[in-house]
Amino acid sequence: MTETDSSGDRGRSATTAGGDESEADGRPTADATSTRRVAFSRSGARRGFRDCLPVAVGVAGYGVAFGVLASQAGLSAAEATLMSATVLAGAAQLLAVDLWAASASVATIVLATAAVNLRYLLLGATLRPWFADRSALETYGSAFFTADENWALTMRAFADAGATDGADGSEPTDAAYLLGSGLAIWLLWVAATVVGTLASDGVADPARYGLDAAFLAVFVAIAVDLWDGRTDLLPWTAAFVAALTTAVAVPGRWYLLAGALAGGLIGVRRADVGVDSREVGG
Amino acid sequence: MSSSPATALEPTTVGVVLAMAVVTYATKAGGLWLVGRLELTERAETALEVLPGVIVVSIVAGELVEGGPEEWLGAAVVALVARKTERLPLALVAGIGTVVLLRGSV
Repeated sequence: MTETDSSGDRGRSATTAGGDESEADGRPTADATSTRRVAFSRSGARRGFRDCLPVAVGVAGYGVAFGVLASQAGLSAAEATLMSATVLAGAAQLLAVDLWAASASVATIVLATAAVNLRYLLLGATLRPWFADRSALETYGSAFFTADENWALTMRAFADAGATDGADGSEPTDAAYLLGSGLAIWLLWVAATVVGTLASDGVADPARYGLDAAFLAVFVAIAVDLWDGRTDLLPWTAAFVAALTTAVAVPGRWYLLAGALAGGLIGVRRADVGVDSREVGG
Repeated sequence: MSSSPATALEPTTVGVVLAMAVVTYATKAGGLWLVGRLELTERAETALEVLPGVIVVSIVAGELVEGGPEEWLGAAVVALVARKTERLPLALVAGIGTVVLLRGSV
């Protein structure tokens, strides 16, 4: 990992230079990224790790559940742990061992993995502005550690930092946050898998301990965190309704695509209307 | 039914696992790579701003469909506690605790 710990000063001077209104929503604009480099420092990674630990504990909950299920599907502890360490994608792994237990073909398992993980294309795209100036190693090394939970935390941290960018003593934007938070997830995910596979005889029913509910709980909490006020209401409602109806009507994970599409379209449409009315009024 | 010893690494299994790893990494790095090579319009930037929230909401919606009244109430507790206290661990414990309690009583 490259150490470039000069973020604090730069963040401060950029803010005092003024003209930061365009970044009030936390995303560096094309203009801002050309004048200000987003840092990638050890302290940023540390912050990500620390912030993500409680979430990672929640992830460990269904990591144990994954270990139990993998073991019951016939995978050895070593195989299940190898999967957790190299794949690092909870939903895909759970689906894979499910298919494994049903004696699905290798092609089916790999294709299902790709389908479930298609959303990472979207998640990766949303991360791009913060990695615009970072090296290929920093960018694509961090990419491996993208999981749903730490991606959401990272987006929140970027939004929070972008609003002030260290001006009021808060932390400046730091792209290494993704890597640090991802490491927390990775460590607990792998450890939980080991625990789950080894304890599989003892824990016959993960649901009894609410382990299966951890996934939903983590995402509800993240949604509350990401809530940005009334501008979110319409896109979120559209996404929720579209995802809900698709999940009821269509098997598989198509509801993710439906929800993201509906919410994204409404959000963009709303912004268009906002720009139009301002032009008419002013 | 753990028929295989804990340390067993069957070649076919390892192959499938590594194929899964490659496919997953391709999706994780692919989005970053693609967007870095495209000139983004203002609308595309707006879309990228909206997407995180609506994806999370969609994941929640799908999970709610899979769950029942216990999970719905647990999710409501998480939302309430997270909103009031802004403390993630507390919200998680409260929500999962609710689910476990409800399941125990049913």
